[in-house]
Amino acid sequence: MAKITYITDDNKDHTIEVQNGLTVMEGAVQNDIPGIDADCGGGMACATCHVYVKDEWFNKIPKKEDGEEDMLDMAFEPKKNSRLSCQIVVSDELDGLTVNIPSKQG
Amino acid sequence: MIKTDALIIGAGPTGLFTAHQLKLIGLSCEIVDNLDKIGGQCIELYPDKPIYDIPAVPECTGEELTNNLIDQIKPFNIKFHLGERVDQVKKEADNWNVKTSNGTIFQTPNVIIAGGVGSFEPRKFPVKECEKFENQSLFYSIKDKKIFEGKTVSIFGGGDSALDWAVELSKNSKVNLIHRRDEFRGAQATVDKVHQLAKEGKINLLTKYQMTAIKGENRLESIDIKSDDKEFKTLKTDYVLGFFGLIMQLGPIANWGLNMDKKTIEVDTEKFETNQKGIYAVGDICSYPGKLKLILSGFHEGALAARACFKLARPNEKYRFEFTTSSKTIKERLGVKSD
Ligand SMILES: Cc1cc2nc3c(=O)[nH]c(=O)nc-3n(C[C@H](O)[C@H](O)[C@H](O)COP(=O)(O)OP(=O)(O)OC[C@H]3O[C@@H](n4cnc5c(N)ncnc54)[C@H](O)[C@@H]3O)c2cc1C
Ligand code: FES
Repeated sequence: MAKITYITDDNKDHTIEVQNGLTVMEGAVQNDIPGIDADCGGGMACATCHVYVKDEWFNKIPKKEDGEEDMLDMAFEPKKNSRLSCQIVVSDELDGLTVNIPSKQG
Repeated sequence: MIKTDALIIGAGPTGLFTAHQLKLIGLSCEIVDNLDKIGGQCIELYPDKPIYDIPAVPECTGEELTNNLIDQIKPFNIKFHLGERVDQVKKEADNWNVKTSNGTIFQTPNVIIAGGVGSFEPRKFPVKECEKFENQSLFYSIKDKKIFEGKTVSIFGGGDSALDWAVELSKNSKVNLIHRRDEFRGAQATVDKVHQLAKEGKINLLTKYQMTAIKGENRLESIDIKSDDKEFKTLKTDYVLGFFGLIMQLGPIANWGLNMDKKTIEVDTEKFETNQKGIYAVGDICSYPGKLKLILSGFHEGALAARACFKLARPNEKYRFEFTTSSKTIKERLGVKSD
C-alpha cells in the first residue's frame, strides 16, 4: 500500500491509497481522478497516461524500460521528468509519491 | 446513397468478425474506418507483437490476426470505406441515415459501432496557435510533396515518418529536423542516413528542442523552439510538419444521443443494443457489467449483435439457427462445396 498524490492541472491535490501491484495509472482510473485517459489500458501503446514525476521522486522510482521513451515522444508536452503512469508499479517504497497530471493527454 | 442491411463503424478485429457473422446469416453490410488500413489497434498499435489469448490460435501477431480475419471474410466481398470517418447518424423513418467525412451516405436499419476507443487521428502540436495554420502551412500528413520544393520545411518527430520525410524533402527543400531528444525510434538505416545528411549540411538537425510558438500574420513566418537547457531559437520557415503518431479520439460518436459511460457506450447483453433501437455497440467501445476489453469478447458481442440485426433487416422472416458444418445455405454463401 502506498499513498499517492495526483495533482491535476487546476492545482487540486488528490491523495489516495493504492494497493501494491497496481500501477499509478490504475490507481487514478479506479478512483476517477480526471486527466489520465489510458486509452490502451496499460499496454504502453498510447501515451495518454502521461504524468510528470516530482523531481525528488524521479530517480527513486523504477527506471524506464525499453519502449517507454519512444512512446513519450508522442505524449502531449513531454518534459525531462515525464513518465507513463501505466509503467510505474506501486509498492511500499512509493509511499508519498507525487505526480502532476498534464493539461491534456493529446 | 448506399442501402445496406447493416453498417459497421470500425474495421478492427470486432468489426471484421461482426461482418463475417452478418454475411453468414444472409445480411448485407459495409464497413467504414477512419484509418487508411484494416485492423484497428492490432494493425496500428502492435502489428509485430504476439497475442497469446485468441481461442485455438496459440500465438499470432496483430498483423497475422488481421490478415486471418480478412481471409475469413474474403468469400463475401465486403465493401470497405477506408480513410473516412462517420460523422453523423440520424433517424429517418425506420432507417438510420449515416454520413461520413467524405460525404458518403448510407441508409440502413442497423448501425453497429465497433469503434474501439475512437477513431485514429494524428496527434497535434501542444501550441494552440498551430490550429490557425493547419492544412495551409502546417500538416500532419503529406498529400502533395511538390508544394515544398525550394522552401524551408521544419519537421518535428523522431519516428520513421519524420525521418523518411526529412531524407526525402532534403533533396529539394531546406529541411530543419527537430526532435525532443537525441535518440530516434525510426529504422537504424534511416537514422544513419539522417546523421550523414546532417554532416553534409543538407539537414539542419536540432535535437532536445520542442516548439514553443508559431508566428506569422497571414502566412507562416517563423517558429520558436526551446531546448531542455532553456535555450531559445527562432527559425524562419515556410512549412511545419508534425509526425507524432496517432491518438484515438472518441470524436463524433459522443453526439449521437447514446447513453455513455466515460468513453464507452452502454449496451444490453442480449443484443448489444444501445438506448437507440437499431444502433448496437460491440468490442472495446461497449460497456456492461463484467465487460472485458479483449478481442475474444468482441467476437462474441458481434455474433449476438448480428443476430439482432436480422429482425430489423428482415421483419417478415424468422431467423433460424444453423451450424456452418451442416447448413447448405451457409456453405453456398461461403462458396464451399456441400457433401
Ligand atoms: C499493446 C496492446 C496489446 C494488446 N494485447 C491484447 C491481447 O493480447 N489480447 C487481446 O484479446 N487484446 C489485446 N489488446 C486489446 C485489443 O487490441 C482490443 O481489445 C481490440 O483491438 C478491440 O477491437 P475493436 O475492433 O473493438 O476496436 P479497435 O481495434 O480499436 O478498432 C476500432 C476502429 O474503429 C475506427 N473508428 C472509431 N470511430 C470511428 C468513426 N467515427 N468513423 C470511422 N472509424 C471509426 C478506428 O479508427 C479503429 O480502426 C491489446 C491492445 C494493445 C493496445
Ligand atoms: S495506458 Fe496507454 S501507454 Fe499507458
